[in-house]
Amino acid sequence: MEPILEMRGISKSFHGVNALDDVNLAVRPGEIHAVVGENGAGKSTLMKVLSGVYPYPEYSGEIRFMGRERRFRGIAESEAQGIIIIHQELALVPLLSIAENIFLGNEPAKYGVIDWTFAHRRTRELLQKVGLKESPATLVTDLGIGKQQLVEIAKALSKEVKLLILDEPTASLNESDSDALLQLLLGLKAQGIACILISHKLSEIAKVADAITVLRDGSTITTIDCKDGPASEDLIIKAMVGREMADRYPPRTSKVGDTVFELRDWRVFHPVHTDREVVKGLNLSVKRGEIVGIAGLMGAGRTELAMSVFGRSYGRRITGTALMNGQPVDVSTVRRAVDHGIAYVTEDRKSLGLVLADTIARNTTLSHLDGVSRHGVIDEGREFAVANDFRGKLATRCSGVHQQVVNLSGGNQQKVVLAKWLFANPTVLILDEPTRGIDVGAKYEIYSLVARLAEEGRSILMISSEMPELLGMCDRIYVMNQGEIVAEFPAAEASQEKIMWAIVKASQ
Amino acid sequence: MEQTVLTDPAPVSQRMGHFLKQNLREYGMLLSLVAIMVFFQIMTDGTLLQPLNLTNLVLQNSYIIIMALGMLLVIVAGYIDLSVGSVCGFIGALAAVLMVNYEWHFVPATLVCLLVGGAIGAAQGWFVAYFKIPSFIVTLAGMLVFKGLALALLNGQSVGPFPDTFQKLSSGFIPDWFDGSELRLTSLLLGVLVALTMVVMAWRTRSNQQLHGMEVEPMTLFAARNSVFAVLLVALSWLLASYKGLPNVLIIMFALMVAYDFITSRTTIGRRIYALGGNEKAARLSGVRTERLAFYTFVNMGVLAALAGLVFAARLNTATPKAGLGFELDVIAACFIGGASASGGVGKVMGAVIGAFVMGVMNNGMSILGVGIDYQQVIKGLVLLAAVSVDVYNKNK
Repeated sequence: MEPILEMRGISKSFHGVNALDDVNLAVRPGEIHAVVGENGAGKSTLMKVLSGVYPYPEYSGEIRFMGRERRFRGIAESEAQGIIIIHQELALVPLLSIAENIFLGNEPAKYGVIDWTFAHRRTRELLQKVGLKESPATLVTDLGIGKQQLVEIAKALSKEVKLLILDEPTASLNESDSDALLQLLLGLKAQGIACILISHKLSEIAKVADAITVLRDGSTITTIDCKDGPASEDLIIKAMVGREMADRYPPRTSKVGDTVFELRDWRVFHPVHTDREVVKGLNLSVKRGEIVGIAGLMGAGRTELAMSVFGRSYGRRITGTALMNGQPVDVSTVRRAVDHGIAYVTEDRKSLGLVLADTIARNTTLSHLDGVSRHGVIDEGREFAVANDFRGKLATRCSGVHQQVVNLSGGNQQKVVLAKWLFANPTVLILDEPTRGIDVGAKYEIYSLVARLAEEGRSILMISSEMPELLGMCDRIYVMNQGEIVAEFPAAEASQEKIMWAIVKASQ
Repeated sequence: MEQTVLTDPAPVSQRMGHFLKQNLREYGMLLSLVAIMVFFQIMTDGTLLQPLNLTNLVLQNSYIIIMALGMLLVIVAGYIDLSVGSVCGFIGALAAVLMVNYEWHFVPATLVCLLVGGAIGAAQGWFVAYFKIPSFIVTLAGMLVFKGLALALLNGQSVGPFPDTFQKLSSGFIPDWFDGSELRLTSLLLGVLVALTMVVMAWRTRSNQQLHGMEVEPMTLFAARNSVFAVLLVALSWLLASYKGLPNVLIIMFALMVAYDFITSRTTIGRRIYALGGNEKAARLSGVRTERLAFYTFVNMGVLAALAGLVFAARLNTATPKAGLGFELDVIAACFIGGASASGGVGKVMGAVIGAFVMGVMNNGMSILGVGIDYQQVIKGLVLLAAVSVDVYNKNK
């Protein structure tokens, strides 16, 4: 069959550095085509070339769409042809309604006067198509992230989409929302809409993709046809990283000691809906040198728990006792929590973890400026040395520690956040989704680092939505659901099925 | 460590280019100030840099620069303060009432004025930091309130003159122990001393950076920059010394400039203010007490606005209800011309100072040339826009 989209020999360079080098991609009509690759492999750049963000003379090569060569000069032109991108960071206006968002910039209007009756009717049809049961008048800010994603897709459908591009659509969705989204993609496919799916989650790709193109270092490595059954994950990973990935998790010899950190009867209420209990009298403990996982679905209250412990950064009316080595400790401000040896590595590194416009060095020392200053005066030389030391230890790839963190890839940004907290020298390190949005190679590096920290005798609490990661790394796993711990497994006895089962049983 | 140290220094010329590019902003600002000064020096047939005019230039801009130091911190922290002009006028009025109507000695009066300034800053800072009202609104309210209070305090009249001792704050010059009638030697020597100290300090910083393997400014550039600075400082003090010597207010201003430059670039407080403006949430989660920091930024601004109010009142020798009108605009413009970012987290003290001088030199030069106040405003507005446009353009490139 003639491909609906064909990109041939696409090359693009930034300041003499090749971001794309002779990339080929062919998508057949009604196909779900996955594009995978490590961060920095060139996936986003390729999509920007396709959608006209980088117009013609800025790249070389040929783009054929619907049988004709195209040279899009901007997103408006590519959208007019039915190519629509949904970015990882959703482009919805939170304080506008679903209907207003769907028709933003494309309002059904006559002489500038909008026909709202039509807009709402059309919105209702579109929402039905994507399986979202909400009123068109609902404000987007009142929707969860999963539903917002569906609104984005409805918006795309309103524009007669022929090729839908989804960039990491399930990165911030929980399992059931992800499944719903994948089902929706299969439904769109049945209607003949082609789809390019960029994702790090290989299990999802195995479920829905008809073909997989693997990019590495700006080149097409291979295109795998999945007609005769899904490709094996090992095969894909091998193509992505260009080496055998014998183990996805580093070997660990755990030396678990005495209990270091404990929470007793910890209760947290929602900051706005103050009568809603988000964490309900929870008990947990971490021992020296132990990696303890907290599994659970999105909305189980895991991040809320961690942030409430870390200087009451979330919630109201927080009660309960935090104990360090058996002694109650005051963790009511971030400073006090840090002084007692607690560090929290956020799940949202861009908005909560880093000062993006600042340099690597300045971010590294921010949580422990006392360590590089005397009488409040910073020794820049020492700061430089500290930052460089962590850069070496964590193998952060950058041009130098005076580089701004905004220019780093996700994995390297995460390393800077980790460096920041390691410099504060914590005894208990709370990691919240430490590998979210990070490519396979960098993940392994982060896992190795975490394992090393545990070997040094630090206690680690690891919150993660990726169950294999918890199973691969932890000594013990708590399962959290709706603000409570509903199960606890030693890692040896745990399995994905058991964890899911615990959640499902508790939800009933 | 071995692999992290820069073992392979690029060729000198290439490093120089790299360094220039990275610090283009600062050098560019300085060069444009010099260019503007040269332009007006030529256009005014040398009037601009005459000792008398230079002294006036310093006196005229001192209060703007003093406030720009505080404003820079406020802007870097991600806020704005529109009330400084009104606070400035209000404090001038307060000083007049205390010293003229109640005949207080100038020392307690000055202290009370500075305290009141701090209290005003604290009040506004409390609303901004703890009550979470946008600073634009809080200080817009403050602008109206203190403009009104200044009027009320003065009953709509001008009050003056001030005691002689107080006037010295603005119109006084440092004493000359050498009794030089042609050239105030003390002033010149002080200038030379400061220039030397600055060079030595710069050298020490550079060696410390080198010691830790940091990338340093290439030697030629370092030498050129520091010698230009030193020569300029000495030349400036020589020029001023050939008139009446260094004005008292110049000493205050210079001390504050050095102090604030040090605070912002070298201390933990300064670093935390940048982090607060760069990403408040990340700063808070890194253990920075963001609310307290924002609060003190406003307290500091209040004290500096009060000081500027005193300097201005002393210079005019009366307190008028119109004092301080529109100062906030010059102060804010100075910060933005100097490269501060309206969204916070970016900006330098020396940038703001240079920005204030750019405005000051233009005011002064255009006045000498006889450009009307109408077109002066137009030109200043366009310069502000142009400076920020150049910034944005460079950033996007």
